Amino acid sequence: MSSSRPAGRHPLAGLFWRSRRLRIGSLLAAPLSWLGVVYLGSLVVLLITAFWSLNEFSGQIVKGFSLENFQTLIEQPVYRRIIARTVSIAAVVTISDILLALPIALLMSRASSLRTKGLLVVAILTPLWASYLVKVYAWRTMFAADGVLNWLLDPFGLTVPTSGYIRVWIVMAYLWLPYMILPIYAGLERIPDSLLDASGDLGARPLKTFRNVVVPLLMPAVAAGSIFTFSLTLGDYITPQLVSNTQFIGNVVYANVGIANNLPLAAALATVPIVVMILYLFGAKRLGAFEAL
Amino acid sequence: MRAMWLCVACAIAVGITACGSSNDSASTSGDFAVPKVPMQSSIGAGEGALNLVAWAGYAEDGSTDPNVNWVSQFEKNTGCKVNTKTAGTSDEMVTLMRTGRYDGVSASGNASVKLIAGGDVAPVNTKLLTNYSNIYPDLKNQPYNSVGGQMYGAPHGRGANLLMWRTDKVKPAPDSWSVVWDQNSPYKGKITAYDDPIYIADAALYLSKTQPDLKITNPYELDQTQFDAAVALLKKQKPLIGQYWSDYTKSQSAFAQGDVVEGTTWQVIANLLKADKVPVATVLPKEGSTGWSDTWMVSSKAAHPNCMYEWMNWIETPKVQAQVAEWFGEAPANSQACQYTTDPNHCKTYNAGDLNFWKKIAFWATPTSNCRDGRGNQCVDYSKWVQAWTEIKG
Amino acid sequence: MPITGPTKLFLRIATAATLAFLYAPLVVIVIYAFNSTRVQTWPPRGLTLSWFSAALANTGARDALLTSIKVGVAATVVALLLGSLMAYALARFDFFGRTSVSFLVVLPIALPGIVTGIALNATFTQILGLDLSLLTVIVGHATFCVVVVFNNVVARLRRTPTSLEEAAADLGATALRGFADVTFPQMRSALIAGALLAFALSFDEVIVTTFTIGDAQTLPIWILNNLSRPRNLPVVNVVAVLVIILSLIPVWIAQRLSSDPVTAVGTVRDTPAEPMI
Repeated sequence: MSSSRPAGRHPLAGLFWRSRRLRIGSLLAAPLSWLGVVYLGSLVVLLITAFWSLNEFSGQIVKGFSLENFQTLIEQPVYRRIIARTVSIAAVVTISDILLALPIALLMSRASSLRTKGLLVVAILTPLWASYLVKVYAWRTMFAADGVLNWLLDPFGLTVPTSGYIRVWIVMAYLWLPYMILPIYAGLERIPDSLLDASGDLGARPLKTFRNVVVPLLMPAVAAGSIFTFSLTLGDYITPQLVSNTQFIGNVVYANVGIANNLPLAAALATVPIVVMILYLFGAKRLGAFEAL
Repeated sequence: MRAMWLCVACAIAVGITACGSSNDSASTSGDFAVPKVPMQSSIGAGEGALNLVAWAGYAEDGSTDPNVNWVSQFEKNTGCKVNTKTAGTSDEMVTLMRTGRYDGVSASGNASVKLIAGGDVAPVNTKLLTNYSNIYPDLKNQPYNSVGGQMYGAPHGRGANLLMWRTDKVKPAPDSWSVVWDQNSPYKGKITAYDDPIYIADAALYLSKTQPDLKITNPYELDQTQFDAAVALLKKQKPLIGQYWSDYTKSQSAFAQGDVVEGTTWQVIANLLKADKVPVATVLPKEGSTGWSDTWMVSSKAAHPNCMYEWMNWIETPKVQAQVAEWFGEAPANSQACQYTTDPNHCKTYNAGDLNFWKKIAFWATPTSNCRDGRGNQCVDYSKWVQAWTEIKG
Repeated sequence: MPITGPTKLFLRIATAATLAFLYAPLVVIVIYAFNSTRVQTWPPRGLTLSWFSAALANTGARDALLTSIKVGVAATVVALLLGSLMAYALARFDFFGRTSVSFLVVLPIALPGIVTGIALNATFTQILGLDLSLLTVIVGHATFCVVVVFNNVVARLRRTPTSLEEAAADLGATALRGFADVTFPQMRSALIAGALLAFALSFDEVIVTTFTIGDAQTLPIWILNNLSRPRNLPVVNVVAVLVIILSLIPVWIAQRLSSDPVTAVGTVRDTPAEPMI
């Protein structure tokens, strides 16, 4: 928490700068100019491209204003389906990761010694260092018809899921799990024992305390972690390509850049995750995620 | 900071309206009009460097395997230091060449035509290619590496898309592509196909033999009716497909692990599987097949054109051709290469000199709206192939 | 809320299951690093050490690893500088547009990699007219690494009272001295956590990298190139195993360096007894 301080009263005031704006400005100038000008600028360029179109006969990009790409996305059922599929899998992966993260985060935060905490943190961080590609490839091997998963499931009469959607779900939930465990753990750490003791004193059983006290306080952390899982799932094209034949937004964007030279269509499709994420960020901000990242 | 977001919105609006010109070039019937790019008349002194875009395995410098290296000798001979950018797909190659940063590319047919039409590559002066006379004649002046009789590259090597099956799981041995299109296939869900819009041409090839009333002569230049028929066939095939493969590791794993039992493949995949004792066999089905033929092309913006010509000469020398063909797993372009392969049967396995074999292969070419025959501009452009492929995969 | 008995048992089992889930693919990778054939069937037909020697002889992998480390270190340093600058400004000052800035900072990591990749590529090649090189990769990585450092430092600064800095100034410390002796030590573990995560992000990034790299190869690019060459698949597994083992070192060191049980998001458990003024 910080508050407005008139110039001159702040500890750093009298010594180097007179003007508060100059101070803030100089601190922010470098990173802001990079982020604001270059990154935002490049996003703007991408968005502009979405309003161009492709001349079928010459294969050249026509730089006039046209809404036909967005029309294609809205009118053609396959694109609608792909967008819906991508957004839904992002949501599903996020929810699964929250559920998977809670038990381990709870154990780490509330029922572990200091040493165990440290060890568990290392244990969770280590898989992040194994290459993303190699992990996805390992999953592909595990999903094979005569792979290790079928070998394990066979005695139970089950088989590996053949649906591409489910496979991508499993792999994505796996990949981003550490990004969800750590913020939730941090969020749990921030909840003072006194609050939970008070809840107990007032007569609440542990489950009720969890539901009424812990969960609301955890919302910022959950929202923060979900930003990672949601956005990473939304834009991934490598995992779907490696473990399934299912198409998501990323795959179609990638397919249209290249020989097809259909940069306008690719850019139009790319605006969908941009819009979705901006809306998601606003929602997450409401839940206080920015305080808990 | 609301002002900042307003500025962003403004910038978008300005950007769209400011860039308001449209590029529309009229195409002529017959072969398409090509931008004028000058052709080199002689090879001068080497520029000391060479930037290539290549398929993995085409420009080996010992970093993958110390014994596999034909770049170092080239660098010693010519003084041109080679930097290779490996590309995974033809799409990538085209995007990279468009930047103008590279001197040359090993383009497959589905990229080469796009590069020629876009003015990204220069015509090649075959008089400067020392090994050109030994190149198999059916690799010269093909639709995928030349326009109007002018060559645009130095042929590198070629391969066919074959039908492969697990001999222990598929009986009897197939000899026709009908097995992958058959709605009543006993191997439903265990068939594989190449994951690329260019596979639509395979459907067209099959239709050219099974539905002759469609009059398909060139599987890459389809008018709307022929195109729709091919797409319909592919949509019917989708339930049969267990996996589409885009990189050959995927295909190799799929066959080895039993996820798929028959489908499109490359000879090199079959060889690798056989080396690992997986029971497979391949055949060129009676309908013929699609294939790829790679050509080294010079960038129109090459900073080191002399080094590039030296490279094209080097890569076509018989010994280097033999090395490349064996490492990558393809048929060499130079007929003299066959004596230098370490496996004496290499050329036979890959049908290098069998011109009748290659007559049945329709090599990848970029579909353009210009049909390149008497039909004019009514063929379907590749960008529509990509959209159709998205629809087929669903 | 003391967690006892059946709840604790349930949590223990769930944790074990989660850890098994997290490590199963890694175990598979390790097993196949010793696989005697190139195809990864189950169970593996035989074991061999030959891929290890092949991997060590593979100069492409070595160069890629070095490039990745170079890029990672450079991107992390840039992210540390810029991230902590912005975090300090945001946490200590109140100014118009604060929310927009925090929003902007999150954007590179929140937007899908392919969007950032294509946008950055267009910026570098078309607007700025630069050649793609290691520099552009470092800049690309720094763009999304900044947010990681930023979040950690902001979270920590929000938690540390300014009273200490004020006291230091009252005692006569210059701004720089105050920062070095008072603020920085408090930020230290947050910076370490942020740096660690930023490095991990950069080290493993592949999508933005493919769009911003020229001819060089970082390790993920090398892996991507070699995953599609069946001959080299086992070597890729070996490289991955070696990287996992090597990475344990910095992670362990970082844990030791932090004086409290720091998570990757660098927050500290509140001690409710401490009066916060």
